[in-house]
Amino acid sequence: MKRIALLGMPNTGKSTFFNRLTGAGARIGNWPGITVDLLSAKILLNDAMVEVVDLPGIYNMHGFSEDELVVRRFLETQPVNLFVVVLNACQLDRQLALPLQLKALGLPMLILLNMADEAKKLGIRIDTERLTQALGAPVCLLSAKFGSGFDIAKQALAEQLKLHPKLQHADKAAFQHDDSIEQELATLVSQSIATPIQMPATVTDRIDRFMLHPWLGLPLFFAIMYLAFQVIYTVGAPLQDSLDWLFGYLKDAWLAPAATHLPLGLRSFLVDGLYDGLGTVASFLPIIVIFFMVMAVVEDSGYLSRAAFLMDALMSRLGLDGRAFVMQLMGFGCNVPAILGTRVMRSQALRRLTMLVIPLSLCSARLQVFLFFISAVFAPSTAPLVLFSLYLMSFVLVFLTALIWRGRYRSHEPLMLELPPYRLPTFRFLLLEGWRSAGHFLKAAGIFIVAGVVLVWFLTHYPFEAEPASAATLAGRLADLAAPVMSPLGLDSLLSIALIFGFVAKEIVIGALAVIYGMGGDDLSRLLAQKLDWVQAYSFLLFTLIYTPCLATLSTIKQESKSWRFTLLTVFWPLLLAWVVSFLFYQGARGLGF
Amino acid sequence: MTHLDQLKPSMRGTIHALDVGKDLARRMAGLGLRPGSTIEVIRVGPFNGPMQVRVGHTDLMLRRSEAAHISVCLAV
Repeated sequence: MKRIALLGMPNTGKSTFFNRLTGAGARIGNWPGITVDLLSAKILLNDAMVEVVDLPGIYNMHGFSEDELVVRRFLETQPVNLFVVVLNACQLDRQLALPLQLKALGLPMLILLNMADEAKKLGIRIDTERLTQALGAPVCLLSAKFGSGFDIAKQALAEQLKLHPKLQHADKAAFQHDDSIEQELATLVSQSIATPIQMPATVTDRIDRFMLHPWLGLPLFFAIMYLAFQVIYTVGAPLQDSLDWLFGYLKDAWLAPAATHLPLGLRSFLVDGLYDGLGTVASFLPIIVIFFMVMAVVEDSGYLSRAAFLMDALMSRLGLDGRAFVMQLMGFGCNVPAILGTRVMRSQALRRLTMLVIPLSLCSARLQVFLFFISAVFAPSTAPLVLFSLYLMSFVLVFLTALIWRGRYRSHEPLMLELPPYRLPTFRFLLLEGWRSAGHFLKAAGIFIVAGVVLVWFLTHYPFEAEPASAATLAGRLADLAAPVMSPLGLDSLLSIALIFGFVAKEIVIGALAVIYGMGGDDLSRLLAQKLDWVQAYSFLLFTLIYTPCLATLSTIKQESKSWRFTLLTVFWPLLLAWVVSFLFYQGARGLGF
Repeated sequence: MTHLDQLKPSMRGTIHALDVGKDLARRMAGLGLRPGSTIEVIRVGPFNGPMQVRVGHTDLMLRRSEAAHISVCLAV
């Protein structure tokens, strides 16, 4: 099979071209020796199957950023027929450096000058003949987004493949010597590109005057974030609820009756273990799809890097950047898509630090638990204050965690981001993005979530003769073992069992308490109010807020970090933090005589 | 001659030298920051935040800590 490697700098519309070329059939895959997933697709081009690989955007062939290492490693190990180099036609003054460097690798190239329509509007004239000569590769003008020039580009692709039917390795020696191309670049640019001396003030400049205004910028940022948040979760939550309802309905109406004849253990496994696991995975899908569609708008419109610009003064002190802040805010809805969203950060250290703090965002699942508990135990007049204090706590812990760990996860890549012109993504692209992210989540995190749910099911249901979630089950015994650790927090073993359930998904804590005490709704509220005083209750709330991320979050962290060590850190750090905070609060409050 | 972080919004100049390591210099070059390029400061982020600069047809943000290593000949 033939293979094409797609190369280019960030923000050139390389992915847009990839999407147009390959449609929805692209898959995320592993390559030997390469630590990040690469998107690739097999397409039929003139009766021949061709594999197209979308390599990460890079600024330089010889640099040492993580993306640059990935690209170099790929080109060193994988033979290809052809490089397709996508360049932004408006920025050829600097982007031509990349094909000049690639030329030295000795492989055939096709150069695509994308956003040719924008360049024309700006009055930039490009001498493609001269470029073709200088680069020794055919050059096509293209607008990948709107499709003009696409057919010609595709045809050129097919022709080049016919001319170069053999897979070849890049010239390895060329990776070593860092050729100085400064002079060559300057000559090439001055000979082939004519730019008007006075650039007209663009629409982007005018929008930025508001968006990045010294006083208006930040309020606008928070308004936009609020809007994005509302869109994601007001559209996503009902969909999530109806999926939950559907799964519950099918379970009661169909699965449970069908399984009555099975032996007790097997029936329980199927109905309460495996099936609930699948239901948990499915319930995340709507929010992930919508999240990615909204985030694609925020990112591709160019606003995400503006958000980074606005928030940087604060975030840089925490070792994070503004994009981390955006993801953390989104984490207040659900941590899972927020973790997935950290993919926009290209530095591993920065990404990991962000993934470490996101689970401390008070997500909507925890909110459900808090609302129930607070209304059960606290007076209506203090309830809002209690909830507010938990949100405040969430922010404080995020900052604290970032400050403590920023030294360990220090990014060595300085933050230099392009602020691209504002652009609207096409609807087609949004659908594709939503579809792809759902598939990605299912494929990688799905199996972990199901396995985790089954594990918790086993803990809380074995031995099968015992009452589920009672003290006689494995979970009950575990809670007894943990009693010396948990009682200084004011938490008894029944509450500990509920916390074990909460590991699956935080909102299950209430349902678990209903099972444990054998009563639900108002009865449960009254019982909790009787059993717990406010100090114990608040200690429990603090613990629930902070302790281990839920299974889905954890599975996503594992999938995105590809490191068990880091994943374990994201389990144990919050657990430790939860214990310390609850301990300090509980013992402090008791010590003060409450 | 001065350093980029000393420039105020709407001031322009020509990049004289990048006083950074080879790696960062390459990265900067990829973004268009190379000796000889004309650079203009567009604005500065809130709370003394990063700088938005324009080089050629590219707008980018960079932190003051990086800007301090770029020496610039001011345009008159």
